[in-house]
Formats: sequence, structure tokens, C-alpha cells
Amino acid sequence: MYFEYEIEGGNFSKAGTASSEVKKKLRQLNVDLKIVKCVVVALYEAEVNVVAHAYRGKMKIEIDEEKILLILEDEGPGIPDIDRAMEEGYSTASAAVREMGFGAGMGLPNIKKNVDRLNISSEVGKGTRVEMITYLNKGGTHEKS
Amino acid sequence: MKLQEIVETIDGRVISNGNCRDKVFEAAFASDLMSDVLTLKNDDLVLITGLATLQTIRTAEMADINCIIFVRNKKVSPEMVQLAAESGIDLIECRYSMFRTSGLLFQSGLNPVY
Repeated sequence: MYFEYEIEGGNFSKAGTASSEVKKKLRQLNVDLKIVKCVVVALYEAEVNVVAHAYRGKMKIEIDEEKILLILEDEGPGIPDIDRAMEEGYSTASAAVREMGFGAGMGLPNIKKNVDRLNISSEVGKGTRVEMITYLNKGGTHEKS
Repeated sequence: MKLQEIVETIDGRVISNGNCRDKVFEAAFASDLMSDVLTLKNDDLVLITGLATLQTIRTAEMADINCIIFVRNKKVSPEMVQLAAESGIDLIECRYSMFRTSGLLFQSGLNPVY
């Protein structure tokens, strides 16, 4: 099963609408509620990142029996130093983003905690691609610590 | 604690009509930083915040939080009420500070997250 959504850069009133749609779909598919929560938290953080930093982006979701694959691709400034961006507390967010309750340098580290795999590639001046994978049917709890 | 007890404890006002009338809330978390809220794994949580934006409602939706208390007399917009209703989230407005609200609820038996 595959679906995709457009994300508008800079439009905070719409930030989260795509993640919300995905949440509804995962619930309809009877995905374990703990897994749904982890996936949508990661997805929402990633969506907010696109709205906060990029001009526009796409969210692509692919679900099969084994896993949920989440890809966010954006056209934007890119990330010059991905290792730095992964550090808790490091942020380049604007005042507007911080007023929304984000931009404290928690997003990428929190995404990492909520999915099984996270790959980020980025080209400065072009954009960023965030790929996340969550495996289903792991047995027991999904949560990583 | 049930919604009605929470409202009475903090002299609050229920703005939306979610589905939480009979729900029992176990714990509360107070924060204006939504990224911190998104790190929580607890169920049956109340969010206490002074950040009255659409993103507060979105964050609660993603984190499966069904009750938000807006402190410091922050006002909830009609858009926030609508979004909250779609997600079954109850919204409470409260004129007390975050510290006073948290203290009253803690004293009444609502647990902290950490």
C-alpha cells in the first residue's frame, strides 16, 4: 500500500495534517497502537521540520506486511552538518518556529528514538531526504530506549 | 482523576466537548515545548501548557493526549476547538499560572511523568 502527501513550507497552520491522515490510515489497518504512536510522532516531527525549514516537500508512505517505510523529501536549504543536526539541543530554527513550541533541537533525536532505522541525506542549497523504517510484528513492545 | 474533578480543582472552564467525560487521567505533564511533549510514552495523560496554538492540538493528537489545560488565561481559538473535536480532545481554559495549576493537580493526586 502506498500513499503520498504534499507539504507546504512555512505554513504552520497546516503542519501535521499529513501525519494526521497517516495516523487515521494506520489505525484503519489495525496496526498496533504503540507502533502507530511511535510512527506518527516521528512523522510529525519530520513534517514540522519540512514546514519549518524547507520551501516544499513530499511525504511518501509505503506499508507492507513486514514494515512501514516513511520518506520525506524536501526542496530547501539542506543540512550542512547532519551529525551536528542529530545532536540534542542543536537547532537552526527561526523565532517563528520556536513560538510554535518547536525548534529546541529535539526533533531529529526524537525521530531516531521512535523508528527502527533512520537515514538522512542532504545537499546544501537543494534539499533533504529523510527515510525512516519501522518493522511490524516484532513481538513485545516497539519502544527503543 | 476525571475531567470534572480536574476542572473543579483548578477552577477551569471546559471549552470543547471531547469524549473524555468518563476517562480517568493518571498523570500530567506541564510544558510549553511541544518537542518535549512528543518524547512522552505515557497513556491517559493531561497536558498543561501556556502555548495556545493549533500545533498544541496537533501535538496532543500525535501523542494520544486527550486533555489539554491552557494556563495563564490563554484563549483557545475556534480553529483549535474544531481540530480538538475531530481528535476527541477536551480543552480546558484556566486563569492560574502553570505552577499553581500543576501544584493543585499534584496535590489532588495526579501523578508526575518523571
